[in-house]
Amino acid sequence: MWDYTEKVKEYFENPKNIGEVENPDGVGEVGSLACGDALRLTFKLDEDQRIKEARFQTFGCASAIASSSALTELIQGKTLEEAEKLTNKDIAAFLGGLPKEKMHCSVLGEQALSAAIANYRGRTIPKQQEGEIVCECFGVTDKEIERVIRENGLKTREEVTNYTKAGGGCETCHDKIEALLARVLKEEREARPAEGPPRPALTNIRKMKLIEETLEREIKPALKADGGDIDLIDIDGNKVLVALRGACSSCRAAEVTLKDYVELKLKEFVTPEITVEEVKP
Amino acid sequence: MKVVYMDNNATTRTAPEVVEAMLPYFSTYYGNPSSMHYFGGQVAKEVQEARSRVAALIQADPAEIVFTSCGTESDNAAIWGTLNSYPDKKHLITTRVEHPAVLNLATYLSKRGYRVTLLPVDREGRLDLDQLTAAITDETAIVSVMWANNETGVQFPVEEIAEIVKSRGAVFHTDAVQAVGKIPIDLSRTPVDLLAFSGHKLHAPKGIGVLYIRRGTRFTPFVIGGHQEKGRRGGTENVPYIIGLGQACRQAQTHLGEENKRVRALRDRLEQGILDRIPNVLINGDRGSRLPNTLSVSFEYVEGESILLLLSNLGICASSGSACTSGSLEPSHVLRAMGVPFTAAHGSIRFSLSIYNSEEEIAYVLDRLPPIIERLRAISPFWKKRTAEAG
Repeated sequence: MWDYTEKVKEYFENPKNIGEVENPDGVGEVGSLACGDALRLTFKLDEDQRIKEARFQTFGCASAIASSSALTELIQGKTLEEAEKLTNKDIAAFLGGLPKEKMHCSVLGEQALSAAIANYRGRTIPKQQEGEIVCECFGVTDKEIERVIRENGLKTREEVTNYTKAGGGCETCHDKIEALLARVLKEEREARPAEGPPRPALTNIRKMKLIEETLEREIKPALKADGGDIDLIDIDGNKVLVALRGACSSCRAAEVTLKDYVELKLKEFVTPEITVEEVKP
Repeated sequence: MKVVYMDNNATTRTAPEVVEAMLPYFSTYYGNPSSMHYFGGQVAKEVQEARSRVAALIQADPAEIVFTSCGTESDNAAIWGTLNSYPDKKHLITTRVEHPAVLNLATYLSKRGYRVTLLPVDREGRLDLDQLTAAITDETAIVSVMWANNETGVQFPVEEIAEIVKSRGAVFHTDAVQAVGKIPIDLSRTPVDLLAFSGHKLHAPKGIGVLYIRRGTRFTPFVIGGHQEKGRRGGTENVPYIIGLGQACRQAQTHLGEENKRVRALRDRLEQGILDRIPNVLINGDRGSRLPNTLSVSFEYVEGESILLLLSNLGICASSGSACTSGSLEPSHVLRAMGVPFTAAHGSIRFSLSIYNSEEEIAYVLDRLPPIIERLRAISPFWKKRTAEAG
């Protein structure tokens, strides 16, 4: 049995936005029968160029169906520029997390969205033109693998397989993936020469900036998707004081959100010493 | 919620009579059968009685029965035990559709100096016996071919295979985990040298297995320790489980007729009912030679894990050869070896019945399954496309 969250189960058993939008503005199709999962995303824009309606059709397991439905919920009301910023991590976070072997389901959602937006803009992006195929079994390119490694901070070949499926078939491409991974990790290390290993002590200014950035980029979008929001009240050393807004402020799971999501993200992107506390109004 | 259990190739319910037979051997007759005192000795007698019942189910001599911990141990012991007895022979033959207990061991051996031949199967899951014959050389230590496949239920012609292997001087082992208790097995007529099976597939508990070693077969012990099992497997006998297995084998023998009539009829009804009610369905495996309890069926354009979870919500237990259920990314090695098309391999479901299943349960599944497939197909982009193209 997979350890699916309640939200994954809910979105699998009662998925929202099944089907096709009539006369869609954008259509994105990714995956195939051979791969074992496939997603067809259609959307329509309103007068303000915001996504008015998004629908999906999915062939795949429970987490693929839930991820697709989550995607359609997440992009509703967004401009294409906003929607473009959405990554697989947002989809996984929206669902309260996915088993690591199932992360590729969230990646499928991100890919379908890019394909649909590209389609709207009058371009199609056939996979083959986006770099070279590394994994023949699942038709995964080096560009795709590189992007997923960077976006998700992947460190091992197994993680690459879990997220992209690359290397999950005949396994002959494992050496290529290892080499690609080594190159990207090296580049990532070199891109942060100022930080250098191990993580240097943060100046107060830098820490505040990082906290703000992380809240904006990583945390707010996910909470907003649930009808909530978060405000930064104060920073006292490594203690971050926040106030939950909207749906979050009355949510009984707020404490869990705070510790398991907000704090975890800040620990990940700022410093492991961070603790988060809620300021009640 | 009522549980409708149709996953008996995974494991079975321990029969209540089996549990009852075992219980006194935990806290009343807890002696060690190897002890000199009467208290232990009386247990040895019961172990011997159980051994006779196990032997009777497969028409073997009790002295040819070795108790192990599980089917996997039995398979490993058979293969290692033979290879170590023939250190000059570095070739082993098995099939692409074996259980991991054999297949992964073969892969392991192939990286350690052994040459391994994996025999292919056809679209129906059948072996080409000429290919098998041609593969055996003077170098071949052992041929290991399963009696019946766990996913599709396809039975191999083990009698014929055993004759071929014996006539060419190699040792023949069969993984009969799915066959024993489901179909009649007569080792007095079938010249297999080694045979493995497991208690929990025939209503005994998990944690007990059997390795049959034909008298006169060269065998080097796999678990090295005390003198137990005539020096063929060290370790104090798992007495309560051996007693349980003896009881389960006795019951299996009386139920063989029922298994092959009533259970087969239930399986056939389930199969026909699915074919009648649901379009685009494929039955996997040779319908002419299949275990009476097993049905592997593929629903095109939908994915197995989704089907299983929706069935599970209704209390129906089955399993799938789909990629997503196992954590691997490709569908089962058995269906791939058979060349089942991808459209169908991902949507494969295995129902495996037992004597505890009823007609009502079959009717319940036939009632609940079609809407599940319909619902998932309504979500599937391929189903829409296919119907659009057809219409």
